[in-house]
Amino acid sequence: MMWVFDTILSLPVLVIGLAVLAMIGAQVRARLAAGGDLRRLAALPRAHAVNAALSVLIPVLACYAALSVARMIGRQQGAQILPDRTLFWAVLAVALIGCIDAILRASARFRARAASEAWIKALLIAASTTAILTTVGIVFSMVFEAANFFGQYGWRDFFLSTEWAPNFRGNSALGILPLLWGTLYVSFIALAFAVPVGLFAAIYLSEYAGPRLRGIAKPLIEILAGIPTIVYGLFALITIGPMLRDYFAQPLGLGDSASSVMTAGLVMGIMLIPFVSSLSDDAMGAVPQAMRDGSSALGATRSETIRQVVLPAALPGIMGAVLLAASRAIGETMIVVLGAGAAARLSLNPFEAMTTITVKIVSQLTGDTDFASPETLVAFALGLTLFTLTLCLNVVALMIVRKYREQYE
Amino acid sequence: MSEPANSLLAQGARTRRRRASEARFRACGLAAIGIAALALIVLLTSVISSGVGAFKQTYITLEIALPEAKLDKTGQRDPAQMAKVTTFGYAPLLGDALLAQVDAVGITTPLPTKEIAGMISKEAVATLRDHVLANPGLVGGTVTLDVLADGRIDGYFKGRVTMQSAALDGNTSPEALRVAQALADAGVIETRLNWRFLTAPDASDQRPEAAGLGVAILGSLYMMAVVLVLALPIGVAASIYLEEFAPRNRISDLIEVNISNLAAVPSIVYGILGLAIFINFAGLRQSSPLVGGLVLTLMTLPTIIISTRAALKSVPPSIRDAALGVGASKMQSVFHHILPLAAPGILTGTIIGLAQALGETAPLLLIGMVAFVREYPAAYSDAADLFGEAATALPVQVFNWTQRADPGFAERASGAIITLLIFLAVMNIAAVLLRRRFERRW
Repeated sequence: MMWVFDTILSLPVLVIGLAVLAMIGAQVRARLAAGGDLRRLAALPRAHAVNAALSVLIPVLACYAALSVARMIGRQQGAQILPDRTLFWAVLAVALIGCIDAILRASARFRARAASEAWIKALLIAASTTAILTTVGIVFSMVFEAANFFGQYGWRDFFLSTEWAPNFRGNSALGILPLLWGTLYVSFIALAFAVPVGLFAAIYLSEYAGPRLRGIAKPLIEILAGIPTIVYGLFALITIGPMLRDYFAQPLGLGDSASSVMTAGLVMGIMLIPFVSSLSDDAMGAVPQAMRDGSSALGATRSETIRQVVLPAALPGIMGAVLLAASRAIGETMIVVLGAGAAARLSLNPFEAMTTITVKIVSQLTGDTDFASPETLVAFALGLTLFTLTLCLNVVALMIVRKYREQYE
Repeated sequence: MSEPANSLLAQGARTRRRRASEARFRACGLAAIGIAALALIVLLTSVISSGVGAFKQTYITLEIALPEAKLDKTGQRDPAQMAKVTTFGYAPLLGDALLAQVDAVGITTPLPTKEIAGMISKEAVATLRDHVLANPGLVGGTVTLDVLADGRIDGYFKGRVTMQSAALDGNTSPEALRVAQALADAGVIETRLNWRFLTAPDASDQRPEAAGLGVAILGSLYMMAVVLVLALPIGVAASIYLEEFAPRNRISDLIEVNISNLAAVPSIVYGILGLAIFINFAGLRQSSPLVGGLVLTLMTLPTIIISTRAALKSVPPSIRDAALGVGASKMQSVFHHILPLAAPGILTGTIIGLAQALGETAPLLLIGMVAFVREYPAAYSDAADLFGEAATALPVQVFNWTQRADPGFAERASGAIITLLIFLAVMNIAAVLLRRRFERRW
């Protein structure tokens, strides 16, 4: 018997019950006000019902969300400021007020459709702020812990030291430079592979290829973009790594590690081909045909036209593509975790294992973590550096792409 | 008769040079496409060839005697009493059964009995015990059971382990492989299709032959459910506002720049967000599909918003005007007319976003989904709430297996990748078909 009582009193059931009550009440009142002739109403009874339901449910949702956040903050501060019972009664009160208000407002002249649409619009606005909230969440989640980290570990040592040797007994050296070097080195190799290949593929597809080859090759290249990075990581680990070691690194005497900057860079380069090629393809497609025709009319060959007319005109778009690819490369995780190794090293030899910022974020934040020690908190400082780096690249790339688009439209 | 120096019919040196450079340039373009296609082919063949073995499994058919004296001393067949006999009590039975088989086939071998018993997977004992506990009536007789072969024996029949590699391996020997071959010739050992790979849970470091994807697939499904339920409505609502209602001002500009930036934020940053906000701040449970789903939702939202906006934009304004003209409100014109027409495009974008989310690994590592999980997570439990029980996900399981020492796990990881790629291919093909079937050109 007790569970029936519990269910009846549970919050969702009560709120929905009140919403239904409000719907019926508002509709009945509207019909009474109409006195049998619906044309006297400013809105259909159905609109009154919808408005009533929304004016119960939306404030309840907002109230519940606000109180939950308040509770989390309270728990974070260590004080149990909001017991369950308070939350229950507060939400119920909001629902009750909404219910009574909606019923009382139902009258012949009340524009219920406009009122209900205002509620829906509020919901839409709330949904579109999730994008901003996500960004705020990203920044906050890293800034606080990173500040905590810099309180325990000098920022000079972090940004300028060339030694990375975390030690969970304390006294760690946590310099970002070796990680940054590994990140940039891997990204450089990846781009050195992906940019020429991607660019030439885009040139061929947009300038030379007929519709049939284009119809096959373009989706084929785009498949590369749809393959999850863990697949590339495994490919680096079981195929490319051992291959490079056996046929290049060992015969040349450059090292005998299967995971290396070269392994990760090459595989990442394959992953980046479609990013470079499809954006560059779009950029070249947007160059007006008249410019090509003019060049051909002056006697230029096709390749001369491409090099001297199409590429310069599409250059901003291509630059944007390359920058976006670079930001991808810097933030890529799984390929370097499985392909590049874990040793923090400042070396020029591409066949040596090195490590990157993302690898260290993963290794410092998995397993047993203690959110008071600098060895764990450093991951947030690394994350913040990574976020800032990629954000700058993205913003510049998007600005270039946008500016360029305006030229021919 | 020689050609004049400036004939139109003969190519001058400069023309020839330009023609050659044209041909070179063109060849470069074709080569680039060739490299990309080659890379794709090599990638797929290498993963498939090393992973296809995971879908086959070697079994040993044994007739196992189940003596009452060892398994049920009381003779009551009381499951509670019988459960007191641990796997140690069952292990000798399997070894004896295999020795009997070896003798019955007529193989003579210098191999010590311990190594012959080692050809059976360590997982088999648990299988046998579970089987007996489920059917107490079997005790006292014999039972014919297909048990898993050890990973090395399994590898031998798939070509992963050879006589040469076995000679260097402490866990097996060429002699054991010869015995296994003789048993296979006699039909005692058999390699066949392995559906267990898709349903069984993960197994410990020593038993790659028993590891399966069941928990990972379940965890991925739960997360996809969370993503679908949250990302689709929020994404569509946000796009409707931005596309149809938002005034062109600073704030909507800011939101727009924000969304295109979020689409390019490295995925690992979302992992940090999940760890700091959902786990440390909101107090949700580590390694739960709920947290994983929330993180993936935030990652997928930009994709869904961008494609939904494109779909809404492609609905011609005449539809809007017609709806407004017959007295619909702005909201009614959107929800009754534009949204249904844009639905195929929205759905396509959502499927592609889900496919992205399904393959994402890095953020899940940070929220603790790398844990070793053997129990199938329930969708709801009183202790852990909705989607709160620890789970893994397909791509994380792959990562997990790559970190294990036994080479048998490399095959399992590739097999898991094949499974993942099949899921992704099905989703993407569905998206393409949907677009072909319902796309309207206005």
